[in-house]
Amino acid sequence: MADEKKSSGLTRREFIKNGSFAVGGLIGGGLIGGMLFNTSSDTATSGGDHDHGNGSNDYMEARLFFKRQEDFRVLSSAVERIFPEDEVGPGAIALSVPYFIDRQLAGSWGFNAREYMDGPFEEGEDTQGTQSALLRRDAFLQGVRLIQKEAKASHDGENYFDLTEEQQDAILEKFEAGDVDMNGMSSSQFFSLLRVATLRGVYSDPVYGGNKNMDGWRMKKYPGGQMAYMDIIEDEEFHDMEPISLHEHHN
Amino acid sequence: MAIELPKKQAVIVGVGWAGGIVAAELAKAGIEVLGLERGADRTPADFIMQKDEMKYALDHDLMQDLSKETVSFRNDKDMTALPMRQTGSFVLGTDLGGAGIHWNGQAPRFFPYDFEIRTHTIDRYGEDKIEEGITLQDWGITYDELEPYYTKWEKTAGISGEQNDMTPWMSEEYPTPPMKETPAIRLFKDAASDLGLHPHQRPSANLSENYTNPDGKTIYQCQFCSFCERFGCDYQAKSDPLITVIPTAVDTGNFEIKTHANVREVEHEDGKAVGVYYIDGNDGQQYYQPADMVILTTYVLNNTRLMLQSGIGQPYDPETEEGVVGKHYCYQIMSGAQGMFEDKQFNLYAGAGALGGGVEDYNGDNFDHSDLDFIHGGVLSLNQTGIRPIETNPVPPDTKSWGSEFKKASTHYFYRTLSIGSQGASMPYRYNYLDLDPTYTDENGDPLLRMTYNFTDQDRKLAAHQAERSEEIMKQMGADIVTQTNQATGDYNIVPYQTTHNTGGTIMGASSETSVVNNYSQVWDCENLFVVGASTFTHNGGNNPTPTVGALAYRAAEGMLEYFENPGILVEDED
Repeated sequence: MADEKKSSGLTRREFIKNGSFAVGGLIGGGLIGGMLFNTSSDTATSGGDHDHGNGSNDYMEARLFFKRQEDFRVLSSAVERIFPEDEVGPGAIALSVPYFIDRQLAGSWGFNAREYMDGPFEEGEDTQGTQSALLRRDAFLQGVRLIQKEAKASHDGENYFDLTEEQQDAILEKFEAGDVDMNGMSSSQFFSLLRVATLRGVYSDPVYGGNKNMDGWRMKKYPGGQMAYMDIIEDEEFHDMEPISLHEHHN
Repeated sequence: MAIELPKKQAVIVGVGWAGGIVAAELAKAGIEVLGLERGADRTPADFIMQKDEMKYALDHDLMQDLSKETVSFRNDKDMTALPMRQTGSFVLGTDLGGAGIHWNGQAPRFFPYDFEIRTHTIDRYGEDKIEEGITLQDWGITYDELEPYYTKWEKTAGISGEQNDMTPWMSEEYPTPPMKETPAIRLFKDAASDLGLHPHQRPSANLSENYTNPDGKTIYQCQFCSFCERFGCDYQAKSDPLITVIPTAVDTGNFEIKTHANVREVEHEDGKAVGVYYIDGNDGQQYYQPADMVILTTYVLNNTRLMLQSGIGQPYDPETEEGVVGKHYCYQIMSGAQGMFEDKQFNLYAGAGALGGGVEDYNGDNFDHSDLDFIHGGVLSLNQTGIRPIETNPVPPDTKSWGSEFKKASTHYFYRTLSIGSQGASMPYRYNYLDLDPTYTDENGDPLLRMTYNFTDQDRKLAAHQAERSEEIMKQMGADIVTQTNQATGDYNIVPYQTTHNTGGTIMGASSETSVVNNYSQVWDCENLFVVGASTFTHNGGNNPTPTVGALAYRAAEGMLEYFENPGILVEDED
């Protein structure tokens, strides 16, 4: 069931590799990268999801949570540094991770809806887990504004998204080390949250708005939620196959 | 004010594996049974085409909503216990079928040694072998006594497996043949054999072929789609209560289920349970349900909490070591080894929850502990449960955790990384226990259960030993980069996922002085109250607990039926 898929997977990655200069991390908006990516990927996909590829899904690429465009641009640049476009494949922006995070923050995840959020809140030991009263949605707003503040303070008023990759990385490293003062959680906790949210956006099912066109999965040769592997479970050889998403399962 | 309902013969609180088994056995015998389940209704249709890593594996859709109820935790009494705000170290089930829905299906038995651990340890090594503070107890039942009930549960679930010289003896073969071998599992088994160990294919509740159980319920052949742990099965190919014991009970016409019925307390008078109070989540009202018999099957943590909240049995006090309820909270001590292979890619997206190879050579007392400074051990296994992309990002040691370096390494090693894991047995420790939290409450204002738990020296030595043995096998397998993994190098941390094999709190034993229930899971202090599940484990063994829960539940059901005929304490108290 799977053997014949190998070539199409490789073709696709080759395409992404060749096109990577055009959708590099320094192009801030998801729009340009997304358009380039989708238009071209349509021609390169065999057996992929054409509904997604021809742009209908782009209606979901609008902000639900972030009101200020500046905040969203900072977020986009930061997640692109966490998961950058490179020779392996597309980065967080091309995979629509910023919009994914925006939608997540607008919903139950952003409100920590299924977590115990009653007081009293005490700091506790590391072994006791997070004791923050801060909701993720508020943590993200505070966090991206502090990233921007750090950028402006250390680079003569420049925006974070206008800095070089090295300068952007240096600011994220400061957050990762816990060296930026935040209210309600440490900057290292925020960085960890940002990193996890990015990986979720890269690799979750496209129904959530990230992993655009399943290209996050393709980088890992992850086949998505296939129905069965009975035919290959004992095979020594590695099988690379076109991924399947919930969209295909539910339609 | 509670609204009083008509009396039932038996009320079961919590309908998962344990509650379902008891329901089926009582209902088949003609007892009128009511199941009160705090969560929602579920059917197998809820699990079809639900292959969504984020929703289920990361955001725990099938698990307890911690905004309503959680536990508080501290490592020792000098710390203030704080609530577990996010799910981490273990994943608690909820809704019809309970944790029996999202389990992997790994189905090994405990060893004869486990049930007589204190006697056996003293006989072979002397009393000094037991470290200070390790409050080892026998279970008040032997493996040979429990063996027929293991067989019964395995037939209900249709377990696929095989035996060898190192696995516990069985009176009958497993109902279905072992699962298929994958290249990764073959590599593990060959390496283990080369080292003189005894590998076997792990017993699995993901079935190797279609199977109809003695109750007439069919479980289908596993398709290796890999969505098992934290998911319900697409194919009804993973034995769970929803496709076996619950419909068996319902089919009799004697089993009624109420969902969204969250029991807060067992009412009791003169040493007997008379009913339960519950909140109906639909209308928010409190109800009183009278019953001739009450059965708690609410998983380890709530079994203990309901006993404490109801004031049944003496709460355990670690200072005086008096009391029994909350005593012997145990867990498992996870360690092992990870291996990265530059030249091999395995089809690791494929798998099944219980698809694996294991060795029992370093479990129980299968190896000589004379020159070792710990007791017991754990199974070492290589399981191909199926990896998923958000959570699985293997990188060599010292790789940056983000940026291009991380991206390259984590995509490169995704299918090139194998792990061997040890489920280290957990010995009871005087200061590891459960009681009620003085500060934090659940959605109804009832106190949270407070967990006081840390690893002991025994645990750390055991974990280190198992990590070394795992490393030997991984090197023999030819991995290029081998690293030991060990969750027990420092203090127990409730954040990283380790295992949902919590045990203890309402332990089983031969005497009411030292245990909460007898070997029929009957409460010594309240003879028509039965507490069933891993909360009755006197310690935790080095293997998955579900078959032992199933066996004890079948035995408990037998005791309940006997009690309906001849009320009284079913086992003589050795007090």
